[in-house]
Parts: sequence; C-alpha cells; structure tokens
Amino acid sequence: MKNQNIVIVSIAVLAGMLLAVWGMFAVGANMPRGVTEFSHTAYDLHMLILWICVVIGVLVFGAMFVSIIMHRKSNGVEAARFTHNTKAEIAWTTIPILILVMMTVPATRGLILMETSEGAAMDIQITGYQWKWKYEYLDTGVSFISSLARDSNVARQLNSGIDPNTVDNYLLEVDHPLVVPTNTKIRLLMTSGDVIHSWWVPELGWKRDAIPGMINTAWTEISEPGTYRGQCAELCGKDHGFMPVVVIAKPKAEFEQWLAQQPGYQAAEDLASMAANTIADKQATADKQADDQPEVALVN
Amino acid sequence: MSTHSTATIAQDHVHDDHHGAPKGLLRWVFTTNHKDIGTLYLVFSLLMFLVGGGMAMIIRAELFQPGLQLVNPEFFNQMTTMHALVMIFGAVMPAFVGLANWMIPMMIGAPDMALPRMNNWSFWILPFAFTMLLSTLFMPSGGPASGWTLYPPLSLQTGNSFAFVIFAIHMLGISSIMGAINVIATILNMRAPGMTLLRMPVFVWTWLITAFLLIAVMPVLAGAVTMLLTDRFFDTSFFNAAGGGDPVMFQHIFWFFGHPEVYIMILPAFGIISEVIPTFARKPLFGYTAMVYATASIALLSFIVWAHHMFTVGMPLGAELFFMYATMVIAVPTGVKIFNWVSTMWRGSMTFETPMLFALAFVILFTIGGFSGLMLAVVPADFQYHDTYFVVAHFHYVLVTGAVFGIMAAVYYWLPKWTGNMYNERLGKIHFWWSVISVNVLFFPQHYLGLAGMPRRIPDYAVQFADYNMISSVGGFAFGLAQLLFAFIVWQCARGGVKATAQVWEGARGLEWTLPSPAPYHTFEEPPTIDDSMVAHGDTAH
Amino acid sequence: MTHADTHNPDRYFIPHNAPWPIVGSIGMTALLAGAAMAMNGSASGKVTMLTGVAFIIVMLFGWFGQVVRESVGGYYNSQVDTSFRMGMLWFIFSEVMFFGAFFGALFYARVFVVPWLGGEGHGVMTNALLWQGFDPVWPTNGPAAIGGNFDTVPAFGVPLVNTLILLTSGLTVTMAHWALKNAQRRALVLWLAATVTLGFLFVYLQAEEYIHAYQELGLTLGSGIYGSTFFMLTGFHGMHVTLGAIMLTVIMFRAAKGHFTDANHFGFEGVAWYWHFVDVVWLGLFVFVYVV
Repeated sequence: MKNQNIVIVSIAVLAGMLLAVWGMFAVGANMPRGVTEFSHTAYDLHMLILWICVVIGVLVFGAMFVSIIMHRKSNGVEAARFTHNTKAEIAWTTIPILILVMMTVPATRGLILMETSEGAAMDIQITGYQWKWKYEYLDTGVSFISSLARDSNVARQLNSGIDPNTVDNYLLEVDHPLVVPTNTKIRLLMTSGDVIHSWWVPELGWKRDAIPGMINTAWTEISEPGTYRGQCAELCGKDHGFMPVVVIAKPKAEFEQWLAQQPGYQAAEDLASMAANTIADKQATADKQADDQPEVALVN
Repeated sequence: MSTHSTATIAQDHVHDDHHGAPKGLLRWVFTTNHKDIGTLYLVFSLLMFLVGGGMAMIIRAELFQPGLQLVNPEFFNQMTTMHALVMIFGAVMPAFVGLANWMIPMMIGAPDMALPRMNNWSFWILPFAFTMLLSTLFMPSGGPASGWTLYPPLSLQTGNSFAFVIFAIHMLGISSIMGAINVIATILNMRAPGMTLLRMPVFVWTWLITAFLLIAVMPVLAGAVTMLLTDRFFDTSFFNAAGGGDPVMFQHIFWFFGHPEVYIMILPAFGIISEVIPTFARKPLFGYTAMVYATASIALLSFIVWAHHMFTVGMPLGAELFFMYATMVIAVPTGVKIFNWVSTMWRGSMTFETPMLFALAFVILFTIGGFSGLMLAVVPADFQYHDTYFVVAHFHYVLVTGAVFGIMAAVYYWLPKWTGNMYNERLGKIHFWWSVISVNVLFFPQHYLGLAGMPRRIPDYAVQFADYNMISSVGGFAFGLAQLLFAFIVWQCARGGVKATAQVWEGARGLEWTLPSPAPYHTFEEPPTIDDSMVAHGDTAH
Repeated sequence: MTHADTHNPDRYFIPHNAPWPIVGSIGMTALLAGAAMAMNGSASGKVTMLTGVAFIIVMLFGWFGQVVRESVGGYYNSQVDTSFRMGMLWFIFSEVMFFGAFFGALFYARVFVVPWLGGEGHGVMTNALLWQGFDPVWPTNGPAAIGGNFDTVPAFGVPLVNTLILLTSGLTVTMAHWALKNAQRRALVLWLAATVTLGFLFVYLQAEEYIHAYQELGLTLGSGIYGSTFFMLTGFHGMHVTLGAIMLTVIMFRAAKGHFTDANHFGFEGVAWYWHFVDVVWLGLFVFVYVV
C-alpha cells in the first residue's frame, strides 16, 4: 500500500545511522587506533561493539519506522489485539545473550592483556599533584616535574586576550615531557600526592587513576617514535583542565642518550649501590606521605 | 463509558461539594491532598529544571569557544557540580514523585496516598534543602566544586560550604525515603478491590520497584556523605590510606547508591512510555508481564554493577571481569523492553499527538543511550571512554532524552486530566520538534568529542575540539530556549483552553480516565468496582 | 478538622490541614544549618541548632499528639493500621541499609584495603613504594599510625555485658507484648519499664566504655580506620538505642494511660520492632567489631 514510503524511510534511517558513524572517520573524530598493542585492542573492541550496536539499531529503528509509516490511523488501519509472540520473545532474549557472550571473549582477552604488567624492562613512577605530574625513572636517579607550558598557561587565563589558535598545542604542551624508549615494555606506577588524578594518553590506549596513598600499576610498549598528548582525566580541582600529559617516544639508543644527560642521573654501574639506597628512599617517601608533606617543594 | 464510572463521577461530585480545595497560600503549605502535593512537586521540579538549565547554559557558554571568556575555573566546577545535583535531586526525582502522587492513587482506585501527612513533609523538606544547597554558591568560599560525586580527597578541600552541602544531601535523602515509603504503602495497601498486582498499570509497577530502590540506596548515600563529613571535621580516616582507609572506598559506597540511583531516574519513565505508546497505538501493551519482570530484573541487577563507574581506579582483574559481565547482562532485560514497545506499535493504529511524539523519541534516543552504555561496559574500550565527553553524551541521552523526555510525555499525556483543559497541540508539536532536533545537536557531537580525547569537567579545551563544542553549545542554547516554551505551554494550559473530556485520548485505558477532567479534588473515596474494560493496557481479554 | 465531623469508620482516614510537617522542616533546617555553622567555627551555630531542636520537639509533640488522639478516637480502621505498619517496616529497612554502609566500609577496609597496604596481592607495589614495613594486622590505624598507639576494647568485658543486656531487653519487650495481648496493663507497664531501664543502662555502660577508650586506651575517633569504623558503628548504634529507649518511654506512659488494647496497639508494636532491629544490629556489631 505504501511500500514506497517504507523503503524510502528505511533507507533514510539506515543511511542516517551509517552517515553518523562514518562521519566520525571522515572528520577524524573517532577513538585513535594508537601506537600500542593494547590501544589496538581497545580500538578494535570499540569498533566491533559500535558496529554491533549500529546493526541492532538499524533493525530495531527500521522496524519502528516501518510501523510508524504503515500502522497509522490516518491510513485507516484497524489495530490488532495481539500481546504475545513466544517465538519472537525467545529470539530477542537469546540472540542478545549470544551476542554478549561473543563480546566477552575479546573483551576478557583485552583486559587480561592490560592487567599483565610482568616482564617490564623499566619502571617509571608517576605522581599526580594539583596541577602537575612528577615523573621518576626508578633506579636511575632521574626525576622531574611536568607542568603546562608557559605560553598555554598565559593564554588560558580568564580574558587573556590571546587567541588559543595562535598557541602551539594549546593546553596540550608541557615544559618537561615524559621521554620513553620505543619497543620497550615499561611499567608505570601511578600515585598522587594530594587528590585523585587520572593519567591518560589516548594513543597509548588507556587511562588509570593516580590515587593518594595507593600505587596503581599499568604498562605500555610504544611501537612508533613520536609525541603523544593527553590530559588529566579525573576532576582534581580548579586547574584540572590544565595539567596535560606529553609523552615522547624515542628509539632506545636515543632514549639512553637522553637519559644520561638528565640531572641526577646515575650510571648503570652504580645500580648495585643504588639498589641499597632505594629501600631507604622509599621509606623516606613513605614517611613524607605520612606527614602529608607535599613533595613538590623539595623537587622544585 | 460504562454506567459504573458515571456513578463514580456523580458520587465524587456530590462529595466534592462537602469539601473541595481550600483557598489561600496556606492550602499549599498544610495540604495533605495527593493532587495538591503532586502539583507542588511538579511545579518545584519545573523551577529546578530551569535553574539547573541556567547553569547548563553557563557551562555551554564558556565552552562555546576555546579560551576562558566568562567564568573562572573554580566557578565552572561549581556549575558542573550544582547542575548535576539540581537536575538529579531537584528536577528529575521530584518530577517523578509528583507524577506518582498525582497518578498512582487515581490509577489504583485509592482515595489518596497512604500516609498523607508524611506526604506533605516529603515535599516540604525539598525547598528548604535546596535553599541550603543553592545558598552555598553565595558563600565566600563558593559552592561545592568537586563534581556531584563528591570524590574525596578533592571534596574534602571544599570550603565552608561543605557541611551545608552534606546536610542538604541528608535532607534530600530523608525526603526521598519518606516519599518512597509512601508510594510503597499506597501501592501495596490502597488498591481498590479487584486491582490485583498484575492488573496494575505498568507505571505503578515501575514506581513500586523504584520506591524499593530508593529506600535501599538513599540511606547508603547518607552513610557515604556522613563518612565524608567525619573525615573532614572529626579526624576519621575512612578515605585516607595513611590511616588504613582508601579514597576508592568512597567510590564503591557512593556507586552502590549511584547505580540504583540512575535506574531510579529511568524506571518510572519506562512506566510512562508503557502507558503512552499503547494509548496512541490503540493496542494493548505487548508482553505486560515480561515488562514487569524486565523492570524487576533491571532493578536487582543494579545492585551488582556499581563498579562499572570506576573501572579506571585499578581494581583486581577478577573484580573488573565480574562487573563487566554483570553490566553487559543488563542489556538483555532492557532490550526486552525496547522490543516490547516496538511490538506494541506494530500493527497498531497510531496517531501522533505530542505525548506520543515524545514517547517515540524516547524509544529511539534512550536506545542510543543504551548502546553507548553497552559500549562503556566493555572494559578495555572503557579505559578510553571513561571520564570523557563520550560518557557525558551517554548519560545525557539516557537522562535528558530518556528521563526528561519521559516526564514531558507524561506531562502532555496527563495535563488535560489535571487541568481539565487541552494544551495547545500546535505549540506542543513545535516544542517537541524544536527539542528533539536541538537536543541531538547538543549531545550527539559530544560522543565525537569524547572519542577524540576531550575529558569531562574541563572549562577550556585544546583547539581541535572547538568545532564540535561550538555546535554542541548552539544546540544547548536552542534546547534551553525550547524549555521556556514548554513552561509557557504548561502555564497556558493551566489557565484555560479547550475543555478536555474524561477520557481525553481515544485509546486511553485505565481508572484515571474514568474520572472527569479536571480530576475532582477528592477521588475514589468509595473504592471503584474494577471492570476489565477499564484496566490499563496490560489486559488482553478485551 | 472538617473530616472529623463527617468521619466514617468504613473509610480510609485522610487527615486534612497538617501544620506539623512545615514546623519539622524549619526545625530540621535550623538544626542542620546550625550544625554546619558550628563546624565552620561560627559562634551562632549552637544557638541555631538549639532553636532547630526546639522546633523539632514541638513538632514531635504536636504531630504524634494529634495521631494519638485520632487513634484513641477510633479514626483509624485496619487499613490505616496496615499503612502504618508498612511505613514502619520500610523505615526500619532503610535504617538497615544505613548501617549497611558503615558495615560495608568496615568489611572493605579490613578485607581489602589493609592487606593491600600491607603488600598482599593487588597491593604489592603500593606497599613496596609507599608503605614499606607496614604490618597489616587488624586492628590498625594504618601505615602512618594515625592517632597514635591504642588498645582495643576487649569483647568479653563490657560489650558482652551489653550484649546480654540488649538480649534481655528483647525478651522483656516481648513479655510486655504478651501482657498487652492478654490485656494485663500492669504487667505491660512493668515489663516496659524493665525494657527502658535496660536500654538506658546499655547507653550508660556504652558511655563509660567510650570514656575509658578515650582516656585510658588511647582509642579515639581519630585512631585510623579502626577508630573510625569502631566509633561510627557503635556511635550510630548508641544513638539508635537512645532513640529507641525514649520511644519506649513514651509508649510506657501511653500504656499506663490505657491507650492500647489487645487488638489495637500499632504504636507499641512499631517501637518493639524498632527495638528488635537495634538489638540485631548490636549482635552484628558485637561479632564483627568486637569479637572477630
């Protein structure tokens, strides 16, 4: 009777949904695929579940629009009286369960991957402060504070009069970025000196909260050299929006060279003697935490 | 109309002569009448909706373009915090309680709510609590700025307003618990003879389950914020690792409240949609009992999924897996509800008055919110989505185009019954189309923003987020303006208009439609005799 | 009260014009705003609080007085009675959930947090980097020993006595109920008096125990997570016992006045339920706070 309409609307709904999803790729507003094994996992899962949702959505909304077009009073339709359909009800209970069970397999695998930090070649302790990050290359003596770059900081003041478009990497630039080697499994140990922060670089594929008095363990292994930017992702006070994370991944040799030039660096030969000191250092840290003394002043 | 209902009406009219609505301001302060109290709740809710909306306008105005132009970051954070508290506790929850007050007694054939004096108190705590809460914005240290979730240690840095905020939350909790007790006692004890549980309208069922959730979790919130208060003022160490506590423990307790709380804000909307769609499809609700069981399952599951709000805090792997699986299971009963609504429309005889339009938009847009919810349940992907605008888009789809659209469908649906006048259908349709387009312009781009890496709760952002933020803000201003039209339509309808019939809508079923419009001040003082033809849409025998 | 004139006992009683809720709201607001002011160090906080308390007391007398008059006047049919019962039961359920939050905190801290801080399982790095040397033994005030050294209250001293007192009071209130059902007013009042006495005795011993803990054991609210959970759980319980004992006292006077009949005595039962609830919470406390 109104078959044309049905076809047109169905196609329109379908096209609309596909357009919305495709629009993400077109303008690059999708989750980045990233540069680590885990970020690929997260991206693939994201795309898989997204497409599953799109297909279900097309079917459900399609049926709904067909009904809206066909089964309207103005078409002179007499309402049916049915209220049950056992076959359909069984189908729309069991099929979603099957889809979900299917989803759990890659999701579980991805999660296990993320939570397996064993076998890391180096440890970096990341401590969040209001509103900066402290990076410590454990057992090398190197540590520094990383805060919002000066020009961003000037431009971001209320009514600064500076057009953010004129600032390089506005709000995503720091004075001292975290430098790491590529193709190296790095364990990141997160904590905080005051309130909860969350360390996030989208290209690495995850974020993890930095919680005062607790250490959260995460890891990454970056495959491509480059500069990767992120931000604090947990509300941490007035300047929560102004404590970015910048990670520079360099080939191993370049990284070693960079590390050796850092103030406080102690060569590998001294590691043995350092190991003995480490415990004392950690205890000192613990004591300081206990006294609620912010470490920032000492490091600065 | 059956002879019976005419008799009921006649009886009510006679009775109404004895004592109709009293006059004057004190009527509203002292009232024990469920309709008066329902009106108070709804008017208060509309007021808070506009106040919370005003805060959203400030947020969207600051985010209109990169750089800080209007407010400083402290005030911005106060706005995001207050916007949430006002919308959740001031707009959405009171609106549902108002609908419950108005409709439940009329839907189950009860003369009033079970505990009318306590009903009055439930409402009259709210204006005091919100005065206290909103007054903190004017304190020298400003209002709370740690997000409505009040995570410590950040929330413990709040200035003088802190204790006021905590106590305001206590008062809101007391109000909610008393309101919920009243709803449960009314539904279980006040049904007219013959109104068996499985003959109740689905709206009544969803409220019964919601009330149970409220009584179960509001005290937990009270406990959680009490611990915050003692950590701040009385040296306790609940959320301080140095003393053997844990900041994350707050998040566990809070979300044990918080997840049922989000269902508290959506289950009554499910009930409303289950009334509206059958009426305008002129067809009984598909799968009534499945709807009831699905609602109950969703409610029970809500107690074991709380930690999906906090996947990034670093829980042990086993806990992450458990909460992921449990969360994914919720998609099944929720899916059943969606499929049942679509099946109710299928081969119906639909018309598209404003309530139906909002209900249809609800089904589509709430489902989109459900899809993004399912995506968020997948933990590895959640490690990316968490605390970004993707989450903001998700919960605004379920709360604005879900809960708020449900409330709007309910208001247009029952407004003729309340006022005796038809609202302006033309304006109603304009309000709908204006809202539904602008709300998508407002929230859909926020999905993209989140995926592209924009965190929540930031007053300023990197320039690559500028375009979508501007689009979103434009949608926000348009949506805000549309709600002023809504307030006007309601006001206009209350003042007068085309007189409504008792049944109002051709396909309407249920006891409330056997009463005249406007519903008399006292209804069903003598319990009605339940006739199958008047039972709401679940009954299939006719 | 227009309704009173035309009251029909077959109909559900709907009161009109309730002035007390708004008095209660004003009182509650003054009390809490005053408390907040006091916490912020404002001198006028206490006065505001007391004003609030005064309003609440007036409200309680006014509201309950009216309900008692209506009840004695026979306005409440059995359906109204059922509403009251449901109201009380669901209120008690909400109280259970309130205590649940604090029990939850106790279990979470004890089962998960403290072992993690001590380096078990998930907490290896937390302990290694931040809290090395912390011995995760309950009771604890955490790796930084917040609040200094303390001793715990031994379970099999005053707490055991208090357990016996509350259990006995559960028995006496049941005896009172039994007497009420047999229309023995004298026995009812006596058993109630015994229950009230036991209730206040419990509160007195608890207060003594607190003084002992603060002055001699070094155990305070500030003694880390142990002190926090110990005092918050027992403290909220003590407040509930006090409230329950006051409610029982009111019921005792009402019983003496003959307000209750063997068929109609919801007021008594509601308070008795509350008392049993307080009793059960204490058993949970005794086991999980003192013994285990």
